[in-house]
Amino acid sequence: MDTTLIHWQAIWLTLKLASVTTVVLMILATPLAWWLARTRSRLKQPIAALCAMPLVLPPTVLGFYLLVLMGPNGPVGQFTQWLGIGTLPFTFTGLVVASTLYSLPFALQPIQTAFENIGPRPLEVAATLRAGPWDTAIHVILPLARNGMLSAAVLTFAHTIGEFGVVLMIGGNIPGATQVLSVLIFNQVEAMEYVQAHWLAGGMVVFSFVVLLVLYTFNYRSVRLSLVN
Amino acid sequence: MNDYTSEQNGLVARLKLDYPGFSLDVNLNLPTSGVTVLFGHSGSGKTTLLRCIAGLERAAQGHISFQGEVWQDGDRFVATHKRPIGYVFQEASLFPHLNARGNLDFARRRADNSRAGIDLDFAVQLLGIGHLLGRYPAQLSGGERQRVAIARALLINPRLLLMDEPLASLDQARKQEILPYLENLRKELDLPIVYVSHSAEEVARLADVIVAMDNGKVLACGPLGETLSRLDSPIKLGEDTGVVVEATISARDATWHLAEASFAGGALWLRDTGHPLQDRVRIRVLARDVSLSLSHHADTSIVNVLPATVMEIATDQQQGLALVRLKVGDTAILARLTLRSAHHLALAAGKQVWAQIKSVAIIQ
Repeated sequence: MDTTLIHWQAIWLTLKLASVTTVVLMILATPLAWWLARTRSRLKQPIAALCAMPLVLPPTVLGFYLLVLMGPNGPVGQFTQWLGIGTLPFTFTGLVVASTLYSLPFALQPIQTAFENIGPRPLEVAATLRAGPWDTAIHVILPLARNGMLSAAVLTFAHTIGEFGVVLMIGGNIPGATQVLSVLIFNQVEAMEYVQAHWLAGGMVVFSFVVLLVLYTFNYRSVRLSLVN
Repeated sequence: MNDYTSEQNGLVARLKLDYPGFSLDVNLNLPTSGVTVLFGHSGSGKTTLLRCIAGLERAAQGHISFQGEVWQDGDRFVATHKRPIGYVFQEASLFPHLNARGNLDFARRRADNSRAGIDLDFAVQLLGIGHLLGRYPAQLSGGERQRVAIARALLINPRLLLMDEPLASLDQARKQEILPYLENLRKELDLPIVYVSHSAEEVARLADVIVAMDNGKVLACGPLGETLSRLDSPIKLGEDTGVVVEATISARDATWHLAEASFAGGALWLRDTGHPLQDRVRIRVLARDVSLSLSHHADTSIVNVLPATVMEIATDQQQGLALVRLKVGDTAILARLTLRSAHHLALAAGKQVWAQIKSVAIIQ
């Protein structure tokens, strides 16, 4: 196959995966972060620890268990087959599921920190100004947590771009379907195609630097906080 | 002890609440006009009571109703955002992501429009914040923020305004800056206010009814004049013990720069502070500024000498001093003198005396 086409396919797939994962995670992580920031439940610590596990687990371990769970004999795999959508490994959907889990802490922690920093007072003020829970969420909480949400989105996007181990385990290496940039670079290095690997790898270095530069310039404090956490 | 208003018209709060190291146990029926001050030290439960009325805190057992409308009873609990209240918090509580106008608009968009309300221009003028509307909370002083917060609470068009020590976080100069605006609220709006405070000055200037609290319980509850003039008053003001008298400016003496303030049963001459005739004023008479004599002396520098009847004598909390409750016409005032003087004058209930009032101050 044409090398340039393979490059562009990988770049396009990587951006698509990162975008979809970011959107899915912002939708899932926001209520979860809210719950973690507010709850006094005894389940808080176990769930917070569970959500942070992708930070410390080797991606291959996460990928391995996802492969087992989503495979034809795993419970998730049985369920998706019963739904008639087949099994998820080696598909784009499977990559999205895996990336969502893998990047969860990067979305969750900045949002949770932002919610915790708001404190209870603005919510009480909103209630005394006749704002109901949804009204308060949209007009008070989200604007006050804006910087944290922005950090979460950018970090999730960038982290998903850089994913390797989980993708390899769950998605394999199918050009045009599951072959993302990091995997393609790995292939090229294995095949001693260093010139082509340089183009992509160098591009990733520049991209990562620009993303972090933008983040640090606009939002230095909250990024630092979320990275410390 | 506080059944001077029917439950149908009043603000009823019967609450029992237990936190570790603190419990609240009150049974109140407050009037829904004028300013009711919840007065007490920090930790007395006054803020917790206010938060329960607002629905920001929920007492396990309790009943709260306002003009016959039940806000809490058994399992029934009306959420804060559904109660027709305005609330001013102790410290600045403006939304930091909105400027002053944005904060006011937040309230206006959610205001109760079923009744005629306060419009923006009136609230802005009442609180003197016209020049601040474009600024963000971070660009306002503490006093300015609090004025915007009060305007915001008014613009929600509440039927009951709750204020939690709105001046406590401000320094003395800022307090003096805001007190006149609070007095304006009291004079110009027909809006019941429940006001939490631990300051004798705020009580004297603002209260119509006072609820004295300590340790989660109500010690006394009643109209200000009556409550302050009780000798066994649980409201310990120490050096500031005294009464507050409602009066009307009835005459002015331009030659000597004096004004006459008439009250139920008498009149006092005071330094003219520019109040127009017929103006309603509050006058504070401190017990330590009142001395007694058995005969009328003309050769004294004291301007105000009024005939009075001794009602009651008690020893003061300070050793060697007596506190005497007098009636001047229908108005009760307090005098503080040494026990020896009380003995020499043979003071007893019913005795006619002359009260010499060294100084009086218009506080409003």
